Amino acid sequence: MIEKRGIGRPIAHVVLILGVLIVAFPIYYTFIASTQSLTTILRPPLPLTPGDQFVPNYSEAIFGGIGRIGGVDVLTLLFNTLVMALGIALGKIFISILSAFAVVFFRFPLRMLFFWLIFVTLMLPVEVRILPTYKVMVDLGMIDTYAGLILPLIASATATLLFRQFFMTIPSELVEAARIDGAGPLRFLKDILLPLSKTNIAALFVILFIYGWTQYLWPLLVTNDNQMNTIVIALRKMVSFADADTPWHMVMVTSILAILPPVLVVVLMQRWFVRGLVESEK
Amino acid sequence: MAKIELTDVRKVYPGNVEAVKGVSLSIPDGSFVVLVGPSGCGKSTLLRMVAGLESISSGTVEIGERVVNELEPAERDIAMVFQNYALYPHMSVRGNLQYGLKNRKMASDEIARRVDAAAKMLEIGPLLDRKPGQLSGGQRQRVAMGRALVREPAAFLFDEPLSNLDAKLRVQMRAEIRRLQRRLGTTSLYVTHDQLEAMTLADKLVVLNSGRIEQVGSPMDVYEKPASLFVATFIGSPAMNLLPVGEGGVPGVSASDHLLSPGGRPQILGVRPEHMRLVAETDATQPGDAIFELTVNGVEVVGAESFVYGGLPQGGPEVAVRVAGYSHLEPGTQVRAATSHDAFHRFDRESGRRIVVA
Repeated sequence: MIEKRGIGRPIAHVVLILGVLIVAFPIYYTFIASTQSLTTILRPPLPLTPGDQFVPNYSEAIFGGIGRIGGVDVLTLLFNTLVMALGIALGKIFISILSAFAVVFFRFPLRMLFFWLIFVTLMLPVEVRILPTYKVMVDLGMIDTYAGLILPLIASATATLLFRQFFMTIPSELVEAARIDGAGPLRFLKDILLPLSKTNIAALFVILFIYGWTQYLWPLLVTNDNQMNTIVIALRKMVSFADADTPWHMVMVTSILAILPPVLVVVLMQRWFVRGLVESEK
Repeated sequence: MAKIELTDVRKVYPGNVEAVKGVSLSIPDGSFVVLVGPSGCGKSTLLRMVAGLESISSGTVEIGERVVNELEPAERDIAMVFQNYALYPHMSVRGNLQYGLKNRKMASDEIARRVDAAAKMLEIGPLLDRKPGQLSGGQRQRVAMGRALVREPAAFLFDEPLSNLDAKLRVQMRAEIRRLQRRLGTTSLYVTHDQLEAMTLADKLVVLNSGRIEQVGSPMDVYEKPASLFVATFIGSPAMNLLPVGEGGVPGVSASDHLLSPGGRPQILGVRPEHMRLVAETDATQPGDAIFELTVNGVEVVGAESFVYGGLPQGGPEVAVRVAGYSHLEPGTQVRAATSHDAFHRFDRESGRRIVVA
């Protein structure tokens, strides 16, 4: 750590505050806009203080339904997105822990081949395999289902790699001590490996939850029904080319509501998140 | 309680690397056997094969009357103490102690009884609710021992358990392990590269060298009658002085009898530093003493004693002589050392084996 003395400290603070302002202002402005009526928004300049439409705007969005996207309310959108983000985050963690567990702690034929196959998929992002994946989803009848939203995104080479690296730091004596203590592979996973990976899992969860929450391309393809839209897709659909056709106040409300859950996850899990990234507990 | 019987045990790693080359060893019930040898001699591999952490390429391992070759470590009724303790970092000390018992589905009051008994014996009672990360090295070592104790196994296996401790703690824990083992009477197999540990702990010492047993015997037996040159130089510090005997005997060494005559085969004589003494030119020597003419190369002062290192003339081998107290000899000084001739060990130069004098 570099220790700051004298003039350094105030300067550091000024820079930090400026940074915060630059990042926070657009979000604040979005919030202001979400409390104005559509007519105020369409007649610039937009005031810098909240308007009087907070309650009507938000209750209309949450409970009333928004015309541009087929009368679906934001609550449904939030629920859809939540299911998808949780499904992706938890699914990725589950699968990658199991595959990393197999690759690190078991000796089986072609073990390294399997590891490299997983590794190679890193080079194939969703966009590259999007056509075959779409075809498979159509054939399986998974268009407009949660499974269709989640499954194609659920395997993660990155997370597998991360867990593999972490598992490899676990001393072999610990594994052997567990064997002598009569812990079979699954019990070892449950009693020793998972508790030790807690912070890593938490950090990964935060990253993957946000990744899932902000998915755009795949949900756009795989959902046709307005009821199945995720919040990001709905936002896109709300915005029309004609300014007058776009319910800007609703767009702003939806934006604010779309930001909240990821922020909440980060804030609530911040302690774990930082620990998982920084600390190697052992 | 059980005896351990190894019969022609071998370990061959992939690539035909033979780490253990046919070891047969019988460990009587209740005895404390120490495997000692330089690193890479296969001692840890051997221990791990007994523990079941390493597969056995050929031969059999019996614990009690059971052949355990194919059994999982947990089924062998053994407990192991690792060098780096291998405590579960996320569990409390109590959790660490009882984990193995819980896995065996033991009744919880029996678990509590055993944990408390072990904690009392090792004086770790106040630490039971702490995590391993909050303990000092010595305390962790105790917990690791406790984890072995609570299982009440047929045998304890120790894999260099004291190597991570500082010197003072090591001496203390060494005594404690010995006391504990005497008290419990549990068969123990202990691996170390530290000959001091080996000498002080063992009922029976097993010296290993490149996958083979060099010698088995009580520590004093091994010390006083080393079976080979390897054992002679490995056990004892400083190592035994070795003198290759040539046609004209050993340059710089004179002896009255045929000690130095090269017998039928090339030989090497060995003598321990503590069996040599410095003598003045004028001192009368005992009949039968061998006299060394040495040029002092250096002095190592240990405290209670000093070791004088001196070279024999004509570039002969360096010889260490133990002297009580503090030696002030300067390098380059000429000194004489004497040794009673029954202090000599005799080895065959080719095979390295001890020659038993009839």
